[in-house]
Amino acid sequence: MNTVAPADPAQSAGSAHPLAHRRPLGDRTFQILALVAGLLVLVILILIAVSTAQQSTSWFTTAGASGIFSIDWDPANNHFGAMSFVFGTVITSVIAIAIAVPVSVAIALLLTDVVSRRWSQPIVYVIDLLAVVPSVVWGLWGILVLVPWLQNSIYGHIGNVLNGVPVLGNLFGPPVSGAAFFTAGVILAIMITPIITSLSREVIATVPAIDKEGAYALGATRWEMIRGAVWPHSQGGVLGAVLIGLGRAMGETIAAALVIGSSATITSHLLAPGYSIPAVIANQFGEASGVFRSALIGMGLFLFAITIIVNLVARGIVERSARRMRGA
Amino acid sequence: MDQPEYEVLPKLHVPQTAVGVPAESFASPAVFNVDGVSVYYGSFRAVTNVSLTIHENEITAFIGPSGCGKTTVLRTLNRMNDLIPGARMEGKIHYRGAGLYDTAVSPTAVRRRIGMVFQKANPFPKSIYDNVAYGPRINGIRGKGQLDEIVERSLRQAALWDEVKDRLNKSGLGLSGGQAQRLCIARALAVKPDVVLMDEPCSALDPIATGRIEDLMQEIKSKYTIVIVTHNMQQATRVSDRTAFYSVLRDEKSETRTGVLVEYDRTVNIFENPKDDRTQAYVTGRIG
Repeated sequence: MNTVAPADPAQSAGSAHPLAHRRPLGDRTFQILALVAGLLVLVILILIAVSTAQQSTSWFTTAGASGIFSIDWDPANNHFGAMSFVFGTVITSVIAIAIAVPVSVAIALLLTDVVSRRWSQPIVYVIDLLAVVPSVVWGLWGILVLVPWLQNSIYGHIGNVLNGVPVLGNLFGPPVSGAAFFTAGVILAIMITPIITSLSREVIATVPAIDKEGAYALGATRWEMIRGAVWPHSQGGVLGAVLIGLGRAMGETIAAALVIGSSATITSHLLAPGYSIPAVIANQFGEASGVFRSALIGMGLFLFAITIIVNLVARGIVERSARRMRGA
Repeated sequence: MDQPEYEVLPKLHVPQTAVGVPAESFASPAVFNVDGVSVYYGSFRAVTNVSLTIHENEITAFIGPSGCGKTTVLRTLNRMNDLIPGARMEGKIHYRGAGLYDTAVSPTAVRRRIGMVFQKANPFPKSIYDNVAYGPRINGIRGKGQLDEIVERSLRQAALWDEVKDRLNKSGLGLSGGQAQRLCIARALAVKPDVVLMDEPCSALDPIATGRIEDLMQEIKSKYTIVIVTHNMQQATRVSDRTAFYSVLRDEKSETRTGVLVEYDRTVNIFENPKDDRTQAYVTGRIG
């Protein structure tokens, strides 16, 4: 380390320093700063997990597994079953993804491969604008505009038409209400569309032009080119974008709380009122105490766990598809 | 790589046809008649007033210094320039007697008959099989047996079958540079094109891989018409029947430049008896 080095060709003649082994001060400062920032995130995450786990222990001990995994939610009688909220969270997120993903990917393809730059820029601005609307505004718009409109003009008709039809009748038949699983799903879909669109667009924009030309040179139409050259390149990244959207949909609180209908039920009827984990926490945390409060915190922990599992599974899928693509 | 005993420079300066016989006396039918073509990218005129005829089952080489527009002309032949915003063409190109740029002509239909191989091998991030089957599939061929047969035939034509037949399901991105380029050639041949355009197909390859692709061109030229852009003059002499020499024309007053076709003739004439001084200077290494 400290042996005398031969003259360093990078150093001007005359300066007699051996090879410097101390890095400049700024370099080290930056390294420490970055390390601290990285560790801080991890520490905060662990602290949140630990403290929420602590504060929810009374729920776990008093209700037990059978109590927690039941659908019986009746705080007045100390029944705190979480399953209807888990159900509502999953079902509204699935609806949101089912609506938002095709729309977002289609917009992303439109922006990258169909319209010229002159038109794509304004569209990008408008979509990014959607992303900065506060969620409480979406919730208010939902309850004041969307809910009455859906109830009066849409859901009633759908319910009447599909009543008694197998499967579809079970999903969309009566009873119908404006504030419902499906309405929450629609609001969530609108809210997550900008982020999925913009992430997908960035991924799709990285497809090499030479790959697109390769497809065109075989006589592909634009759609065939997208399927053959763009999609295999971007599917992993688009899946990642979808999962970020899914994470947001599952965690979205106030907009869902306002339009979901606040009814702790498990039902196949998507046009009926329901409830989700973030919504029940937002609505009831203020007046909760004791085991009730602990149950709400515990459900937050549930949500945390579900999000982590979804992300891990997704990461696995993305990595596997990327590996296959590289030709391993 | 796989065949170390391969002869690197197989057919240097061996004329493919009898020298001395008047060239046009046994000319094969015309595939393209290019007539007064100029191509603009926005306000920049990349090539000016190119006219030439490309003949069936021949290999035509486009040579010339960088910026002379040889690739631009090549890309007009299957309407790839249509994809570049701001690109526009003047003049006429007839393909087997039909106007290539007539309004009724669909660019996708053109490209299904006139395939292209690019400078950089660009296999899709799919399996080797799916790469080759892509073209037939978009032409509506779905039958497994039929696709299997096309994939094998195309890979054999591209001299790649023996190297990949046991790993058809592996990604095309895992191949070496030369293999990937042959995969791209197989992919282009799979749609049974009439013409194959090659844009510097060997510029990123080592001499062995280059030799294989040149051999391959000789083998397939009885079935296809080939136009190749190359920076490598030895390659033009080795593989081509005719050579078009392009050059850059500078206008000192307006400080603009544009590509022009200087001379087009049998390859032996271009390299051994050029009519134009610029051709002479270029092919003998005194770049002009």
